[in-house]
Amino acid sequence: MSTPTVVPLDMIPVAEKPAIATHLEHHLCPGCGEAIAIRLVNEVLEELGLRDRAIGVSGVGCHSQASSQMDVDFQQAPHGRPPAQATGTKRMLPDAVVFTIQGDGDLMAEGMLEGVQAAVRGEKITIVCFNNSLFADTGSHMTPTTLIGQKTKTTWDGRDKEQHGSPLRYAEMIATIDGTAFAARTSVHSPVHVQRTKKALRQAFETQLANKGLSYVEILTMCPSGWFMSPVEALTYTEEKMLPAFPLGTFKGA
Amino acid sequence: MGERKFMQVSDAICEAAIQAGCRFFAGYPINPATELVEYMAKRMPEVGGVNMNAASEVEAAGMVFGAAATGARAMTATSSSGFSLLQEYSVFYSERLVPAVLVNMCRAGLQADYFQLTRGGGHGDYRQFVVAPSTGQEAVDLTMLAFDLADRWRMGAVVFGDTALGHTSETVEFNPRVDSTLPAKDSWTTTGAKGRKARIVGMGDFGSPEGSSAEGYEGSRSRLVATQAHRWGPEKLAAIEATETRWEEYRCDDADTLVVAFGTAARFARPGIDQLRAEGHRVGLFRPTLVWPYPTEALRSLAVGKRKVVVYELNWGQMVDDVRIAVEGRAPVELIANHGTISIGFGRIDTPDTVYRQLRDKIAREEALAR
Repeated sequence: MSTPTVVPLDMIPVAEKPAIATHLEHHLCPGCGEAIAIRLVNEVLEELGLRDRAIGVSGVGCHSQASSQMDVDFQQAPHGRPPAQATGTKRMLPDAVVFTIQGDGDLMAEGMLEGVQAAVRGEKITIVCFNNSLFADTGSHMTPTTLIGQKTKTTWDGRDKEQHGSPLRYAEMIATIDGTAFAARTSVHSPVHVQRTKKALRQAFETQLANKGLSYVEILTMCPSGWFMSPVEALTYTEEKMLPAFPLGTFKGA
Repeated sequence: MGERKFMQVSDAICEAAIQAGCRFFAGYPINPATELVEYMAKRMPEVGGVNMNAASEVEAAGMVFGAAATGARAMTATSSSGFSLLQEYSVFYSERLVPAVLVNMCRAGLQADYFQLTRGGGHGDYRQFVVAPSTGQEAVDLTMLAFDLADRWRMGAVVFGDTALGHTSETVEFNPRVDSTLPAKDSWTTTGAKGRKARIVGMGDFGSPEGSSAEGYEGSRSRLVATQAHRWGPEKLAAIEATETRWEEYRCDDADTLVVAFGTAARFARPGIDQLRAEGHRVGLFRPTLVWPYPTEALRSLAVGKRKVVVYELNWGQMVDDVRIAVEGRAPVELIANHGTISIGFGRIDTPDTVYRQLRDKIAREEALAR
């Protein structure tokens, strides 16, 4: 009979680098929410044992970092096109777990057709969208999700409803499409929201594993650089400005 | 002896693709490429392949990329303005080293997309193979070749057809063959990283903290799938030009006048060559079967000492640029250009007879001057 190993309480790890994560560091800005979101995708793939079956497709934007942060096969697609490539890949390899990592600009501006049409066809893929309400990679420019009044370098006086329209709520929209089996919006601005995001990602990948249809998770990610504020201010901004415009919740499935 | 069938050339191109092992097709209806989309929608499921009705040419091209990145032979087909859209991906097949075959059934004029295809209408510094069939049989053979070229060099290959070729019906023979010298794809495809390191098909491993700045995209980590040998650059260009140029010389041996034409234009011109020969004119036809890479060296050596080089093409004069580059002043270069689409007011429809008359006029004038 072996003696149980006693681990001192302060030696029990509370957080570890997921084995799928390729690096401890990232190249994103301090306070960026995308690094947290990428880590969560890594954790979920690892916990579901999908490392060997997963194929990611990234678009163009800050989120493209994901392809370097995840130790799974990846394709780097042109801006907005990941759902098209994911479709071709999934149709040829139905047993693979195919997902896209996209930003709100990538998915909802240039890639509007690709994401919506993938849902219309009910592709068995998972779209993960990091929504920070602007094009961050180019240096803060308006996307369809930019908030009314939000200042970017293409909305210098703030987004104006008459001039630029109103923020697009993509999760709610894609939930209306028959081929969408799961659609949720979460955030990563506090620990509890991080845990909820992880749960939604897990549900999304389980939806794909069950062959139910397209699964979609939109994650609100802080962008201190693009929002012109400190990382701490970006947490408050998410709570006070982003959440009213982008309600969190599961809009379809699970 | 392969299987012989009487069929429309549009269908024959699709059948050739399938017999070459193409198992993924994505397309968006556009005339005059609609027949290809229809054929694939019916035929692909019969051979266990995947057919996708895309919502745009760009989406179709993206689907092709995703399928090809798993190692499948994949194709899309469109026409002229549709090709303009999908050129976003023309760039990426060649730049990101993913083989794909693209069919362009050119609209009006029949060869007006020459610059678009051979220069690359997309951004950046890339090239793509362009096979230019002249007959139904050649459409079959060159479509099969296009898949081999794409796989060997890991880039895009275009089948440059047109509405006249595509809507012609004739007997074609299918002789699929397996080129055992083609490189295996399992060293770079994204299929799930079971039992191996994960890979990236794309620009490279950007943002890896320990590697990217020091060694650049190429060397940062072993995940990179593109080998240096496949990257676009002068070496690859030279290697392709040295090995992949293809052309036909028809009655060129003792010719003092050279006609240069490709595709449907060459088919129109050939009876005229025979007629002129019968009349005692020493004229021959030089026909590139690939218009990229262009048979520059072959044409250059052939042009030496010629009285005249006459370019005949079904546009307002595009390939003539490549001929002038090849001939480099060794002989006068003249152009017979005809946009060739009466329906929307561009020029006239040529026939072998009208081509013969135009060639005769050019040659007779030259011979009169020589006398």
